[in-house]
Amino acid sequence: MTTAPAIELKGISKAFGPVQANKDISIRVMPGTIHGIIGENGAGKSTLMSILYGFYKADKGEIYISGEKVSIPDSQAAIAAGIGMVFQHFKLVENFTVLENVILGAEDGALLAPSLRKARKDLAALAAEYELNVDPDALIQDIGVGMQQRVEILKALYRQADILILDEPTGVLTPAEADQLFRILHRLKDEGKTIILITHKLREIMEATDTVSVMRRGEMTATVKTSETSPQALAELMVGRKVLLRVDKSPAQPGEKVLEVENLKVVDSKGVVRIKGISFEVRAGEILGIAGVAGNGQSELLEVLGGMRNGTGTIRVNGQDLDLTGKFSDARSRRKRGIAHVPEDRQREGLIMDFKAWENTAFGYDDDEAYQTGLLMNNAAIREDAEGKIERFDVRPANADLEAKSFSGGNQQKLVLAREIERDPDLLLVGQPTRGVDIGAIEFIHQQIVALRDKGKAILLVSVELEEILSLSDRIAVIFDGQLMGERLPAETDEKELGLMMAGMTGEDT
Amino acid sequence: MEQLPKWADLIVVPLVGLILAFSLSMLMVFATGHDPMDALSLMVKGALGSTYGWGYTLYYATNFIFTGLAVAVAFHASLFNIGGEGQAAIGGLGVALVCLFIPWPHWTIALVAATAAAGLFGALWALIPAYLQAKRGSHIVITTIMFNFIAASLLNYVLVNKLRPKGSMDPATAKFPEPAHLPSLGDMLNAVGIPFAKGTPANVTLVVALVACIFVYYLIWRTRLGYQLRAFGKSQPAAVYAGINPVKITIITMMISGALAGLMAINNVMGEAERLILGSVEGAGFIGIAVALMGRSHPLGILFAALLFGALYQGGAELGLWTSIPRELVIVIQALVILFTGALDNMVRSMVAKVLVRPKRAEA
Repeated sequence: MTTAPAIELKGISKAFGPVQANKDISIRVMPGTIHGIIGENGAGKSTLMSILYGFYKADKGEIYISGEKVSIPDSQAAIAAGIGMVFQHFKLVENFTVLENVILGAEDGALLAPSLRKARKDLAALAAEYELNVDPDALIQDIGVGMQQRVEILKALYRQADILILDEPTGVLTPAEADQLFRILHRLKDEGKTIILITHKLREIMEATDTVSVMRRGEMTATVKTSETSPQALAELMVGRKVLLRVDKSPAQPGEKVLEVENLKVVDSKGVVRIKGISFEVRAGEILGIAGVAGNGQSELLEVLGGMRNGTGTIRVNGQDLDLTGKFSDARSRRKRGIAHVPEDRQREGLIMDFKAWENTAFGYDDDEAYQTGLLMNNAAIREDAEGKIERFDVRPANADLEAKSFSGGNQQKLVLAREIERDPDLLLVGQPTRGVDIGAIEFIHQQIVALRDKGKAILLVSVELEEILSLSDRIAVIFDGQLMGERLPAETDEKELGLMMAGMTGEDT
Repeated sequence: MEQLPKWADLIVVPLVGLILAFSLSMLMVFATGHDPMDALSLMVKGALGSTYGWGYTLYYATNFIFTGLAVAVAFHASLFNIGGEGQAAIGGLGVALVCLFIPWPHWTIALVAATAAAGLFGALWALIPAYLQAKRGSHIVITTIMFNFIAASLLNYVLVNKLRPKGSMDPATAKFPEPAHLPSLGDMLNAVGIPFAKGTPANVTLVVALVACIFVYYLIWRTRLGYQLRAFGKSQPAAVYAGINPVKITIITMMISGALAGLMAINNVMGEAERLILGSVEGAGFIGIAVALMGRSHPLGILFAALLFGALYQGGAELGLWTSIPRELVIVIQALVILFTGALDNMVRSMVAKVLVRPKRAEA
């Protein structure tokens, strides 16, 4: 006798206009397993899960839950069918308590008190059953990201979910928090829950799942037992060709000091001290990686260096002081000093999404002599420059007249990189170079950064992806709560040690 | 929001809005016991059926081109300048001072000087709200509205206490001297042998308005300043990343916007009234918002939208003159057009989108 799968999708298709987001997808998820779904951005993972959770209606196909055919027109129906979803971006009310968030939308009546009493009891039971300890009276804004994620899981369990979908759950977690999450998931699995884990990180698939399905361009290319596959094989299935998972680079040959930061302090507009007096240096021909959990001051560091924010202390580039508060502290003055900046958020800062690709080529450099003809801008020259950059950086589709928002994440990033790297800067600031970028493009972007280093340029890399920091950097500094916790050489450290430093242990403690 | 093809966005959406507005208007005319078709044909004939009608239509359109361009330039930088009314009024003060106190040998030189004064006064009136927005974060919508009232009070004071000729009971300046009078469109066209009704207010300022359209086109899409203000309008964090100074761009944009609104004064003050009177702007500053919305903040669109509103103004006046349709109803019709082409633009657009494109969403 075989048990019915917890979820079975048969022939699911979904098109958005001309884009076929899901093409004839069939998948069986057995109860009591952790099933991974891996694929590049835009492969259709999120669309598929949105169909399962009732956000979209499939054009074709059937959904079976525990062997019974169901229709899921909205998320209410999904919850009723026992499906719970933990989104990448939490849907919690910051100034409510944990308890209030858990019952939000599932109140029993007009009066809150009975619901809250019942929820408190249920929550205690759940916490005991799954070892999901959270203080029910803590405010969401006062607890950490890892805890907030637990609240999301508790919300789903409180609504009696048997099937839990997690969409890129580790994006905001430290390695230690991620390990903790996986322990919780295993515990849930042992209690008979079914878990679907959506991710683009191969390591997580290998560590946490029992079976894994690979999606590429809207199609399910394979479903395999995790124990019978390898990261290399999965990567090839995702991209459709052989990919280099390791960054191919020779040892650094550091030269003169290009960037010297001494006792840098940054206070934000609310008066919160974001950077508490840090000092470091970057030499020509090396990549200094700044590791840290998002929100620990690395964004502000890039912004001060890039001329988007004021600071105090001393920053020298090629031996000369930068203006940190005055008239020459803006981004344009920074560019004139040989600093190029690939910002953390390319959609909010690096590009004007409504501008065409060629217009974005002049962004930040609109004062370039080559772009002027008399009083007017030389649009023909800008377009020609853009077309060259698009070709050299293999931006697809190779059409300078498309608006930036019509490109995929990876190709948007290539547009930014092409603009900044081809300025031949002495110092390149790079924030989250591969966030939301597909594997094929990651390889290319990493190669470009290493190539610039090999030309003898200094590179400051900020990334929340530890793997990226470890594989790209020549030296690694860890930032926590606005302070540097210490420096390591990539060959002499590992994710565990860096993870501890990212959680606030100084280098000496570990 | 679904992406509409460009032609639909530029032509179909305003047209559908217009048809809706007129259908509703005609229903109201019918409800008051008049024949809607008669009213409609009277409006069209009155505005466009004779060179006399055109003379008024083009005069109003000239006003609306200036105020429409003013709103559009600010729109591109995501600034909502509702102060066109006040800026145009103060522009009028500039024109009056230049025309009254400097003896000009010929109207051409007077026009150049008055244009400069109107632009400068309008720009300076917009400078204060711009500064408050850029430096203090006071919302530009609120401050520009308040500045409309301040402008009205200021003009009241200046006209009653300073510029009113001795013995006059009228809160207005003296008539401008003869050399500061601008040639009317009728005079100009008759001079080259094209018959055109005399005694209509359309004047040479129309040419200035057309030049302003071309100027704004180049400014927005071909200059560095235009590039920067569009970038700033699309994303302020990105502008900071690019090194565009938000304070500077806010102030410069608003001053250009104010100057364009101020230029309206050479049409109504110098070209038509030939003196400065109270309330001379007559709401054109606000119509400019509808014109800019309908014209998609593009000079060519603004030109057409201004013509439409000019015709609406003149046609409405004819309606009031020749029928017993109450004057208030004419204002209602104008308001409906503004409502449907301006304020309800997005409603009309989504209706058109439903018909034209299959619903689609970006891939999640």
